[in-house]
Amino acid sequence: MRRVGIDVGGTNTDAVLLDGSRVAHSAKVTTTDDVTSGMRAALARLADKQPLSNLDAIVVGTTHFINAVVQRSELEPVAALRIGTPASRSIPPYCDWPKDLRQTIDHGIWSVAGGHEYDGSPFLPLDEEAVRNAAVQMRDRGLRSIAICGVFSPVNAEHEERAAAIIRDVCPDMSITCSSALGRIGLLERENVALLNAALVHLARRVTDAIVAAARELGVAAPLYFSRNDGTIASIEDTVRQPVYSFACGATNSMRGGAFLSGLKEAIIADVGGTTTDVGLLQNGFPRQANSTVRIGEVRTLFRMPEVLSIGLGGGSRVSEDGSAVGPRSVGYQLAQKARVFGGSTLTATDVAVARGSAKIGHALEQGAVPLHVQHAFAQTCQGMLEDVIDRVKIKAGDLPVVAVGGAAFLVPDTLRGASDVIRVANAECANAVGAALAQVAGEVDHIYKDASRAEALEDAQRRACERAVNAGANAATLELTDVEEIPLAYLPGNSVRVRARVIGSMATAGSDGQPTGTSAGNTV
Amino acid sequence: MPKKLYIEDIEALAVGAWILGTGGGGNPYPGLLNMRQAYEAGCEVTLVDPDELDDDAQVATVASQGAPIVGQERMKDPQVIARSVRALEHYLGRDFGFLMSLEVGGGNAFYPLMAASRLQYPVIDADWMGRAYPELQMTGLCAGGLQPYPLASVDPRGQEVVIQNATSWKWLEDISRKVCTAFGSTTSICLPPCDGGNVKQWGVPRTISAAIRIGRAVRDAQRNNDNPVPVILGETNGMLLFHGKVVDVERTPTNGFLRGAIKIGGSEEFDSMNMKIDFQNEWLLASIDEEPKVMSPDLICVLDAVSGEAIGTEAIRYGQRVAVIAMPPPDIFRTEEGLRLVGPEAFGYPMAFQSVFAQ
Repeated sequence: MRRVGIDVGGTNTDAVLLDGSRVAHSAKVTTTDDVTSGMRAALARLADKQPLSNLDAIVVGTTHFINAVVQRSELEPVAALRIGTPASRSIPPYCDWPKDLRQTIDHGIWSVAGGHEYDGSPFLPLDEEAVRNAAVQMRDRGLRSIAICGVFSPVNAEHEERAAAIIRDVCPDMSITCSSALGRIGLLERENVALLNAALVHLARRVTDAIVAAARELGVAAPLYFSRNDGTIASIEDTVRQPVYSFACGATNSMRGGAFLSGLKEAIIADVGGTTTDVGLLQNGFPRQANSTVRIGEVRTLFRMPEVLSIGLGGGSRVSEDGSAVGPRSVGYQLAQKARVFGGSTLTATDVAVARGSAKIGHALEQGAVPLHVQHAFAQTCQGMLEDVIDRVKIKAGDLPVVAVGGAAFLVPDTLRGASDVIRVANAECANAVGAALAQVAGEVDHIYKDASRAEALEDAQRRACERAVNAGANAATLELTDVEEIPLAYLPGNSVRVRARVIGSMATAGSDGQPTGTSAGNTV
Repeated sequence: MPKKLYIEDIEALAVGAWILGTGGGGNPYPGLLNMRQAYEAGCEVTLVDPDELDDDAQVATVASQGAPIVGQERMKDPQVIARSVRALEHYLGRDFGFLMSLEVGGGNAFYPLMAASRLQYPVIDADWMGRAYPELQMTGLCAGGLQPYPLASVDPRGQEVVIQNATSWKWLEDISRKVCTAFGSTTSICLPPCDGGNVKQWGVPRTISAAIRIGRAVRDAQRNNDNPVPVILGETNGMLLFHGKVVDVERTPTNGFLRGAIKIGGSEEFDSMNMKIDFQNEWLLASIDEEPKVMSPDLICVLDAVSGEAIGTEAIRYGQRVAVIAMPPPDIFRTEEGLRLVGPEAFGYPMAFQSVFAQ
């Protein structure tokens, strides 16, 4: 397998060529305002080193989508269709959104009768006539993207799908986002995800088209995929349908890259960048997921995102004159102008590390430029900050190996309390792009079982998750159950249990024995 | 004089009520969203001290019954809650004058407020539990031997049931739960009517304002980067029991209840000690190194050690840094009858109640 991974971060865009399990080449360029030209430059730099022929895949992790939401730019006006009236009527869509974001996206709310009970039986019949009338109004208003959210649609998606068919009939060009395809139980959070997704689908089309064109310009012919928040990949078509799943893949990619480069499955990954250190826990080779609501652009969502703790320690962190205070302020991308090793006047973490001999960056500092007591105070502060965050990220007692990655991994000392070992790996500075190149595929279910035996419920959940993974392009033979959670439900009749299950496997490629990947295979560029 | 509630009070109520939920009671967030909508539309809710009630004041107690997970999809609607009150008024042939919360802990703290946003009745600054409990007989209503009927239960599609008679609060619980299941495991109920004299004798006074005070203190501490835990203790006559990291969570499926236990490994002054907390929807029994320390009806609250906000039994997970605090129970549960309803034996723990505050 030859794969290229590209990770677009806030400061740098990294690219690697992964040949089997070997990092053949890497490139780092500054992230550009338009994002795409930075990617083109990174790809061109790789191509200079070795022709990018016979590639199995290019996987891109990008900040495009999260930036669009945070900056309220390039978002599509959205029609919101809620199915479930009269339930939940008093809390309409967008009611907990920031006003400016809502104004950008909200171009109409329609609520119709329908939806389901917790066990999948209908709450009320779907009011198809009301859906058709809504569709006509949406068409007359010139809306091009809709989010459909039905009560208990993760348990039964029938009404969302029927409504989608009616909408498509009236507005053939409408981009349709169904909440059941995106989320879990929790109407508001799932609806929020669907609304954000609907606002991003056209941007996703433009971004993917631009990247395809950039690759074509460079003569690179390979299926193109996008990284997702959970460390897995999606085809161009799936990314255009579900851009929200590619929101925040950077931290995940670093952690997956760290896992791969170290060969560890149970470890703590510390990704030390220019401004922050992001620390997460690897379980079974994957980042541990956050369990609760996650705010994206101040909107409550229930995303599968890694639980990552950030502290203000990075290569560009400002250091107080006595060395006792480090960060959170940082010179960031201006390191090459402001740091003393580059002739600037600001004392940064990188300067002290160079003085201590733990890094070789810029030019050497004169003897005594950073007094010894400052160096010691600095080392103690860094050590304390890292030990604290490492302890907080753990979920059980006991020491774990800590893998130091990122451009400023040299700030991690060789011994840390709570760490069985500090692991340094080759190519640590581009672990994020390596993570992107790993290209794994996931399938997930979240389902409520009533009066089923525990074994039946778990087996059924796993089977459904595998089906979804294969539909998303996984090689069935490689699928592994990575996550299963049972929550018995209070006050429901019988013994009701909610099961979430998740499987992950390798991408099915032309050469593998995997199942046909159907519509979800990557588009060849 | 009824006192006007401002939206800031209601925001604080969401934080404080969740803490008084002692791990259960359902998240108040949807209730808060409803009240924000209502206040944006110009509505205003007033709070009246129980001591200001006439003995013959007519009081409607409202609540949501059902599975919290269903509440995440079918969210509560002030209009439906108001319908439960109207249904009981219709059955009784007379109007109520005041609204009251069944339980201040969790989402039900918001119920009388939501009803008031439609009915314009003042809300009494009191409830019947002072916390959250899972069943209707675990209340001052039952401890005081008040009449356990009639009860109205309504769903948003238009179904309305009035339970005309029940011979005990336990029967009322069992019948109303069946109706709730038929409605899709969530329903709005208006409980048996009572009067101002009953509230003064058997209600838990000034719990809504207490929840608001707790919530405001937590928010202030967060804003000032202070440790919120001592602030909460100061507002509640509470006691710090333990702090540390959750090292084990065990949940067991049983009919209709979320049962299980968590284990916490101690930190700092509790280093090398372990706490176990048994729960049945709510936190009920906390033991330190196998020794039972705090039990219902003492309130046990598990708080996020940094934010000070409550963590529910459905959401608690491995690795969370928590502080565990206790608060004294309401007087109505300290009686023999009260302890029969909500003491440790009512939840299957074979031990006599001993308050941590009496040790």
